[in-house]
Amino acid sequence: MNIVQIAGKSLLRNKLNTFLNIVLVAFGIGILSVLLLASSQISDKLEQNSKDIDLVVGAKGSPLQLILSSIYHIDFPTGNIPAAEADALAHNPLVKTAVPLALGDNYAGHRIVGTNAKFISLYNLKIAQGRYWKEDLEATIGSQVAAETGLKPGDKFYGAHGLSDAGDTHRHNAYTVAGVLARSGNVTDNLVLTNIGSIYKMHDEHEEAAGHEEEHDEAAHEAEGTGKEITALLIQYRSPMSVVLFPRMVNQSTSLQAASPAMESARLFSLIGVGVETLQWFAVLIMVIAALSVFISLYNSMKERKYDLAVMRCLGASRSKIFFLVILESLLVTLIGSVAGLAIGHGALYLIGHYQESSQARLDPFFFSTGEAWLLVAGIGIGLIASILPAIQTYRADVAKILSKS
Amino acid sequence: MISIKELTYHYKNGPALRFPDWHMQQAEQWLLLGASGSGKSTLINIISGLLRPRTGQVMMDQTSLYDFTARELDRFRGRHIGIVFQRPHLVRSLTVSENLDLARAMAALPADRQRNRQLLSDLGLAEKSGSYPDELSQGQLQRLSVARALVNKPLVLIADEPTSSLDDENAEKVIALLREQASANEATLIIATHDKRVRNHLNNEYQI
Repeated sequence: MNIVQIAGKSLLRNKLNTFLNIVLVAFGIGILSVLLLASSQISDKLEQNSKDIDLVVGAKGSPLQLILSSIYHIDFPTGNIPAAEADALAHNPLVKTAVPLALGDNYAGHRIVGTNAKFISLYNLKIAQGRYWKEDLEATIGSQVAAETGLKPGDKFYGAHGLSDAGDTHRHNAYTVAGVLARSGNVTDNLVLTNIGSIYKMHDEHEEAAGHEEEHDEAAHEAEGTGKEITALLIQYRSPMSVVLFPRMVNQSTSLQAASPAMESARLFSLIGVGVETLQWFAVLIMVIAALSVFISLYNSMKERKYDLAVMRCLGASRSKIFFLVILESLLVTLIGSVAGLAIGHGALYLIGHYQESSQARLDPFFFSTGEAWLLVAGIGIGLIASILPAIQTYRADVAKILSKS
Repeated sequence: MISIKELTYHYKNGPALRFPDWHMQQAEQWLLLGASGSGKSTLINIISGLLRPRTGQVMMDQTSLYDFTARELDRFRGRHIGIVFQRPHLVRSLTVSENLDLARAMAALPADRQRNRQLLSDLGLAEKSGSYPDELSQGQLQRLSVARALVNKPLVLIADEPTSSLDDENAEKVIALLREQASANEATLIIATHDKRVRNHLNNEYQI
């Protein structure tokens, strides 16, 4: 019988107390872990999806909305921009690469993005099955789209209006799946890629179809008859000088808007940060309560068990052994609580991800962060702090006096 | 052989206790007699190494207890001194058998299931080895505390007022059990008591 078994048996004897303490620690660690995992994932996703994009040009409106809709595909576009004006910007000497985007439809909640071959190199995409789109109404789908819908090369599907899966279906034209992308870990896993011509074709023909009464709710549908439009332009700069000149030029001398992903992501994080910080303090409060609870129950338990511990000293246990026994009991509670808390964190992330409407921003429950190791250390630290006083008290206990009083 | 020499102990705000010298041979059985408050428990604690006297020596087989470091003394006590308290004081979260394992573990000895079985069988507790102390009668608890004191085959078995809360019949039984088990284990037996019923059972007496 070793000291861990003795501590474990003692905890099992006070099942309710032990359970409540474990639950308290687990909730504290669980909340902190959800916050940590979610903010790490969001931050990683923001970084992964925007790392090669210096600027987004789109219709005037909220710059954050423009970034969210064009890079992260989690908000509605600010509007459409004339394709000719976008083309002129794409050929500006300050621009190295300009990738056009035409949005407006979806398939089963996955956005259909009209673009060109530059999109492939911008995101460094690879093909897993089939090939990239070539002709109008051919599509190459992301790995997550394939996994969720079961589509494979050669299959046909109909796109629907709007950017969520509640819109009307374009029954007049079906897309054919040309290929499936290899998983890239960014937003493209959740996209359906096609050429811009397909988007135009879908909407031109749709407009001609009889009885179309509904208003398109998205930007790419607004300006038929007045020239072709696209939704946004993803831009890579040619030189550092472009950083200063190009956005100012776009914002001041055109009817378009230029938004920097880096600046808008930072703004987004500062907005989210307030809520995250509040929740963090709440979780810390729970942890403090957990520490107090562990301390109180250990303190009471030591009073009840002072004869047990005195007898153990008579049986040959050294003072330090008894000291570590008390510490160990607390550490076992907080360690189990911390591990359970981390499991709760991942479980909560699974549930959140499961009910998330936007597949592009879905949180991954199997994402692990090094910060979790620190949460574990924090949990163990709380166990140590809560037990140090009862342990010292036990260490100093006068065995002869305790036994003579019995 | 156990001997105490020129022992004194001084409680804070209390009178100084002076103990007569005492020599015991291995496997002898002694009564430690004295009125309540005379210092019997203090002497037991000193012999066990739980209290350090102000002056004097406790020798066991030519070794002074005070030659040991604190940790060595704890281990020595665990391995060579078995103590039976007035109340059984068993660890309630452990089963009967685990309480015996605990005594070995605290003395840094490996568990000895055969020894457990033998002792429990000798003390009529074989069928209770998986029970918890809360499930035992007072008599069974007392026997278990004797088993725990003997599990490490101690050189000395000390019982502090083992009969004070027992009726005549049970007091007889406990004394018989202690004598029998001490003999079987060749341990020196010291029974500290002020109970007159015990006086006729042992020939050797040490009076405080």
